[in-house]
Amino acid sequence: MAHDHAADTDHHDHHDQPASGIGRWLFATNHKDIGTMYLVFSLIMFFVGGAMAMVIRAELFKPGLQLVDPGFFNQMTTMHALVMIFGAVMPAFVGLANWMIPLQIGAPDMALPRMNNFSFWIMPFAFTILLSSLFVPGGAPAGGWTMYPPLFLQGGNYVAMAIFAIHLMGASSIMGSINVIVTIMNMRAPGMNLLKMPLFCWSWLITAYLLIAVMPVLAGAVTMLLTDHYFGTSFFNAAGGGDPLMFEHVFWFFGHPEVYIMILPAFGIISEILPTFSRKPLFGATSMIYAIASIAFLSFIVWGHHMFVDGMPLAAQVFFMMSTMLIAVPTGVKVFNWTATMWKGSLSFEPPMLFALSFLFLFTIGGFSGVMLAIVPVDFQYNQTYFVVAHFHYVLVPGAVFAIMAAVYYWLPKWTGNMYSMGLAKTHFWLSTIFVNVLFFPQHFLGLAGMPRRIPDYAVQFSDWNMVSSIGAFGFGLSQLLFVVVIIQCARGGARKASAEVWDGALPTGLEWTIPSPAPYHSFTVAPEIK
Amino acid sequence: MRVTKASLFSAAGGACCWSAAASANTSNGYNLPIGVTSLSEAMYGLHMEVFWICVGIAVVVFGAMIYSLLKFRHSQGAVADTSMVHSTKVEVIWTIVPVIILVVMAVPAADLILKQEDMRDSGLSIKVTGYQWKWQYAYMDAADGVNFFSTLKQDSNFARQLDSGIDPHSVPNYLLDVDKPLVVPSGVKVRILLTSMDVIHAWWVPDFGAKRSAIPGFVNEIWFRVDPGKEGIYRGQCAALCGRDHGYMPVVVDVRTPDQFKQWVEEQRAAEKQAQTPASSPPAPAAPAAAAAAPAALTATTARNLN
Repeated sequence: MAHDHAADTDHHDHHDQPASGIGRWLFATNHKDIGTMYLVFSLIMFFVGGAMAMVIRAELFKPGLQLVDPGFFNQMTTMHALVMIFGAVMPAFVGLANWMIPLQIGAPDMALPRMNNFSFWIMPFAFTILLSSLFVPGGAPAGGWTMYPPLFLQGGNYVAMAIFAIHLMGASSIMGSINVIVTIMNMRAPGMNLLKMPLFCWSWLITAYLLIAVMPVLAGAVTMLLTDHYFGTSFFNAAGGGDPLMFEHVFWFFGHPEVYIMILPAFGIISEILPTFSRKPLFGATSMIYAIASIAFLSFIVWGHHMFVDGMPLAAQVFFMMSTMLIAVPTGVKVFNWTATMWKGSLSFEPPMLFALSFLFLFTIGGFSGVMLAIVPVDFQYNQTYFVVAHFHYVLVPGAVFAIMAAVYYWLPKWTGNMYSMGLAKTHFWLSTIFVNVLFFPQHFLGLAGMPRRIPDYAVQFSDWNMVSSIGAFGFGLSQLLFVVVIIQCARGGARKASAEVWDGALPTGLEWTIPSPAPYHSFTVAPEIK
Repeated sequence: MRVTKASLFSAAGGACCWSAAASANTSNGYNLPIGVTSLSEAMYGLHMEVFWICVGIAVVVFGAMIYSLLKFRHSQGAVADTSMVHSTKVEVIWTIVPVIILVVMAVPAADLILKQEDMRDSGLSIKVTGYQWKWQYAYMDAADGVNFFSTLKQDSNFARQLDSGIDPHSVPNYLLDVDKPLVVPSGVKVRILLTSMDVIHAWWVPDFGAKRSAIPGFVNEIWFRVDPGKEGIYRGQCAALCGRDHGYMPVVVDVRTPDQFKQWVEEQRAAEKQAQTPASSPPAPAAPAAAAAAPAALTATTARNLN
């Protein structure tokens, strides 16, 4: 696979260097610039959503209401979820896709660069609309990110604002997905057949299909909310012959694939990093691809498990329980393959590897609580409690978010050409891993002991674990400032220059390590040959 | 309150609860309550079974991971075996074994669902309607006609206000007490019919293993039977986000012996008759009897709150 990139100098294009000034970003068509914008946007949203989480945990620090009004508390829980899901996690993965897919498949850029620009620039507008709803009469959405009617429809101006913002986010996601699929299908370097393609690209290819399949479903659901609220329809209004439960079905038909949209690219990232620092190829690479595809398929037939307490025919309860439990099988295959990748390897513990290992352990814990939640008769006790909150935060924070951080630490030297401070990055890792457990583990106990979720105040027997959890939250929130410090230092010159291979001595595989660091503005203008 | 096999869980839980504060239910503070019905006990049993299976898998999987982390270190000269990339045999095994484990969990689970959904032969039915933010209890069968609202108790309501200056610890059963609890007899299969007048709520008593959503336009069912000898007061909360005061609509159930229950029903009827006779001059008092007297009843409770 070795090739030099002298080809890069052989330009027949007039803009070999980035344009100067704001125009470079506003009119960006370069996948690296757009990827950077997505990642920076996602980091900002991570702190916006994080600040909301701090408000929530500060109010829950002790029983009684000290800081915010219950209505505002509900706005915080709702907005925290919307911002983190649609503003932080998803754009981060799209940013990584923009940066890495062309580099990994040996393509000069994404297939549809202008649409790429459009799909990014929609996002700041969508989030300006969503966040500005905090300042309109009646405030921001407060009915939970799931937007269940009739509660959501009791809102004021936010109904239109949130729905319009979600439409925009959905359009952005669909365009991003089309771009990923077209790029992967058409622009792979000669000789790179699909089974030779890196796992990160594979996970994104499947994720992109999921997005295209379910984002229109979400758009349909919220459009029906919109017409119910403003145009007198009764899709979900029982008094008008509508069906409030139908919204839940439609929403979760989107919502369950959505949770895999947030974790499949993470699987891809972990499958890149573990082999590198184990100095050993990924174990069972083909079965990994089949596992991702199986999870993607199963994600369409498990939505009912979000709704067991809403009342469901017996047969449906059993069906959704079985199909949900089945997901544990391909997920188990992935965890076993990752473990087997480390087995008889030669492990070193650079920051990306540390985050990947943390992912491996803590995501698995989230998987266990997921299996427990699938057991319908006991789900009646778990559902709508902090046990669920603990479960999905374990799969989303040390799951998706840690995978994103692992990816940033893995590829940042390639992007900037500089190596970051290992000491600071490792400090960030240890603080994050310790505090994320202090934050979320006690929430299992709270839920089992009977604390419902989405409440601003609680009975006094829940005081102790809530205080522990809040301390963990403040620690985790503060630790993330270190992440920003590491990134800024690295972008400004870092500890030292990074080599083309970056992780010398480890076993980084893939085309991205064959070009210099930082990756030139235009890479692979002549496709590399894959043997 | 209850220190049985659940104490095993504390070993896994690490540092455990240091204050045994007045418990709202039979939970020990970090695990599911065993509860006081056959269903809640079965749910607890299944929960612990699945929990220990997960612990078992965790020991094996985390054990292999930790062993790799300790044994195969680059810094200690470990050399990677790069030929180990694939093994059909192993991969088939670790696909089949989880399927078997899942079936082991699914069979008793399906069995328990059948029990939970068996609504036959109930001795008392109660229609429970959710409102923002209170519950209405309308009795049927032997207690037909008893109908009242249940709202957060006044002392909790004062203490829960922003910067009230009242220490929640000084309020008995803070946020988990109501002005008028649901009263049910022990030893009788009670069927709860759930619906809502506005948004989606969920009625939940952890000790009964009973939780189901109250949805406008739908009637959901659950049942529970509290064993004789387990009479007492059991507390829960609304479990579905229902707006601003979602955290302030507790569910309190007072379980009495069948005789005491019969007596309570008589008292309710007598009290209602008494309330109607002096006010019989205007033609209005037909209202309390009507099941759909929601607005009138709402005004009544609002008035009570203002007192």
